[in-house]
Amino acid sequence: MTTLAKRSRSLSPAPDKPKRNGGLRQLGDLKIALLFIAPAMIGFIVFYVVPTVRGVYLSFTEYSILGDPEWVGMENYTAIAKDPLFWNSLAVTGQYVFLNIVLQTALALGLALLMHQVAKSTIIRGTLLLPYLMSNVIAALLWFWMLDYQIGVVNQFIEWAGLPRVAFFGSEAWAIPTQALINTWRHMGYTALLIFAGLQAIPGHVYEVAKLDGASASQTFRKITIPLLRPVLVLVLVVTVIGSFQVFDTVAVTSGGGPVNATRVIQYYIYQRAFTESDFGYGSAIAVILFLILALVAFIQMKFLKGNESDLD
Amino acid sequence: MKKSLGAVAVAAAVALSLSACSGSSSSAEASKGEINYWLWDANQLPAYQQCADDFSKANPDIKVKITQRGWDDYWSTLTNGFVGGTAPDVFTNHLGRYGELAEKKQLLAIDDAVKKDNIDLTAYNEGLADLWVGQDGKRYGLPKDWDTIGLFYNKAMLASAGITEDQMKNLTWNPEDGGTYEKVIAHLTVDKSGKRGDEPGFDKNNVAVYGLGLNGGGDSSGQTEWSYLTNTTGWSHTDKNPWGTHYNYDDPKFQESMGWFAGLADKGYMPKLETTVGAAMADTFAAGKSAINAHGSWMIGQYTGYKGVEVGIAPTPVGPKGERASMFNGLADSIWAGTKKKDASIKWVEYLASADCQDVVASKAVVFPALKASSDKAAAAFAAKGVDVTAFTEHVKNKTTFLYPITDNTAKVKGIMEPAMDAVVSGKAPASSLTQANEQVNALFK
Repeated sequence: MTTLAKRSRSLSPAPDKPKRNGGLRQLGDLKIALLFIAPAMIGFIVFYVVPTVRGVYLSFTEYSILGDPEWVGMENYTAIAKDPLFWNSLAVTGQYVFLNIVLQTALALGLALLMHQVAKSTIIRGTLLLPYLMSNVIAALLWFWMLDYQIGVVNQFIEWAGLPRVAFFGSEAWAIPTQALINTWRHMGYTALLIFAGLQAIPGHVYEVAKLDGASASQTFRKITIPLLRPVLVLVLVVTVIGSFQVFDTVAVTSGGGPVNATRVIQYYIYQRAFTESDFGYGSAIAVILFLILALVAFIQMKFLKGNESDLD
Repeated sequence: MKKSLGAVAVAAAVALSLSACSGSSSSAEASKGEINYWLWDANQLPAYQQCADDFSKANPDIKVKITQRGWDDYWSTLTNGFVGGTAPDVFTNHLGRYGELAEKKQLLAIDDAVKKDNIDLTAYNEGLADLWVGQDGKRYGLPKDWDTIGLFYNKAMLASAGITEDQMKNLTWNPEDGGTYEKVIAHLTVDKSGKRGDEPGFDKNNVAVYGLGLNGGGDSSGQTEWSYLTNTTGWSHTDKNPWGTHYNYDDPKFQESMGWFAGLADKGYMPKLETTVGAAMADTFAAGKSAINAHGSWMIGQYTGYKGVEVGIAPTPVGPKGERASMFNGLADSIWAGTKKKDASIKWVEYLASADCQDVVASKAVVFPALKASSDKAAAAFAAKGVDVTAFTEHVKNKTTFLYPITDNTAKVKGIMEPAMDAVVSGKAPASSLTQANEQVNALFK
């Protein structure tokens, strides 16, 4: 750090008055700027940068938390490549993300349109957010009990309807769709709110013009709403896809990875390897892989959906 | 900028030195003050609180602060405590965990104290004290309690099925046809139209009451699920116990037993594994969904506590070798190697393992204390509550117990065996698939 500071000083141009004043003012701005950035910066460094760097380092070690990490090079990564449970966790997580994102985005878009055009009451708009105000664990446990095979109220209704009971969390076929639906239920109000904000940013005159030109409702939706909403939709997708990949709490408090390996999602597998089996090196290596996957997904979404450009300009 | 960086560096250095500050304490400090004690079973908290109060009365300069944490959080919080330096001085330890903790040097060896204070290790039920001697030959805990497995049954259901309590006490089992155990289970199973499991026309897809309840797949130990059957055939989990280095899930004898067990669900005599996720097995028993539940002695209070359900307890069935079998598990109190109150902690552990405290625990009739004399008192306390616990105590008396498998890598073994056993018990994979899981398990010990 000292050398950096010295070099920058020696590189600065020869001091002459006006410039020096400017430089000083800049320096003064820097101090103020640092002051304002500091709270976020400290949090970012302490809670993100340091753990990330340490996590990457640990992924190259064997580390049981008690004792010191031992450097093993690429060993964890080669083991992961051959680990059927890792590939299983990717497939399971992929299934979850697909179901969750498709349903959640479609429902949220519908809700946002309703909020925008029909439900103008604040109470109704607020009500849509209610599930999101509940903690993930509470929402999961609530549904866990309601959907219980033996004593759950939902299965009671199913039986009254003359249908066989469903093991929502116990059957391999149902466990992931059930959890994807629970989290869709919890998040769609919030996602709708984000999209709703995007809808409000579309100026009303474009709709008026469309109307004058005789565009039908579905044409307006496809040709005007969706294209103008695109930057917001991309942002929503990036955020929700990343969030969806991180599914953990729902699994942890309900099915715990089972039945067999049907809900052993990637985050749960990381947790299992690191915290249950004290294999922090291996867990970190999977976490690094997950990080790379998410970075790639976000990059592709931004690049191909042109999330950083708006058609409104 | 340089200045602020310097300030950050100073702050960081201070923080580091603070966190590294764990200087050694003098022996005077080590024998008095407050010690922290952790346990996970809320049912036992009142008994141990009384022990702590009595202990502080006898040792006025030592205070014991008890913290109870649920099983799910217990071990991760404890591990964090070891790393962060905030672990309790003394904590309840489990056989499945202590090997790893001892190996990682987190436990204090107490051999010297045990010798100096003349603790009589033969006063404990046989084998319990030896369990807590690690692979290095050092002692890492003094036993506090033990448990075995028994069959809890719904008296009303047995009566209406015409099965006597004598029949329940003399059940036999073998992996080929299930013996009288399977016959009783089949007869106790009733479908929705009232047909019993052994009657023609029984509808296995619409069962109202299962003959046998199911807790889960049983992962690596099968403590309450299947070990009371599999281990009557002469099979055992590992090559030796404690500290075995080879698991035996590939043994045809074991796989035959597991095949029979999984078959119960297929025949409709036991719930399918997928239906057991959620409500606890004991609660579904209380709701009248099963007639017999195999479960541990630590559940006595729970089963006998349900209103309106008359519960009897029968011993586990006699196996092909002519003997019953039950896993024998025991807990102990261990001391954290990083404690600053070493002397006080040793005193507390010795008190917990003494008749003074174990008699208090016995009088509350929640678990069986490790001391033989206290065990008898606990059985008497249960009897006074109207609960006959001979099904559990006779395993110890007749030496038909086998120890909880103690090895290295227990968490990883469980990680492999849990999905493998689930697949077998749910009928998704044949019992022979356990051979492959066994190879994975044994690869951990190479």
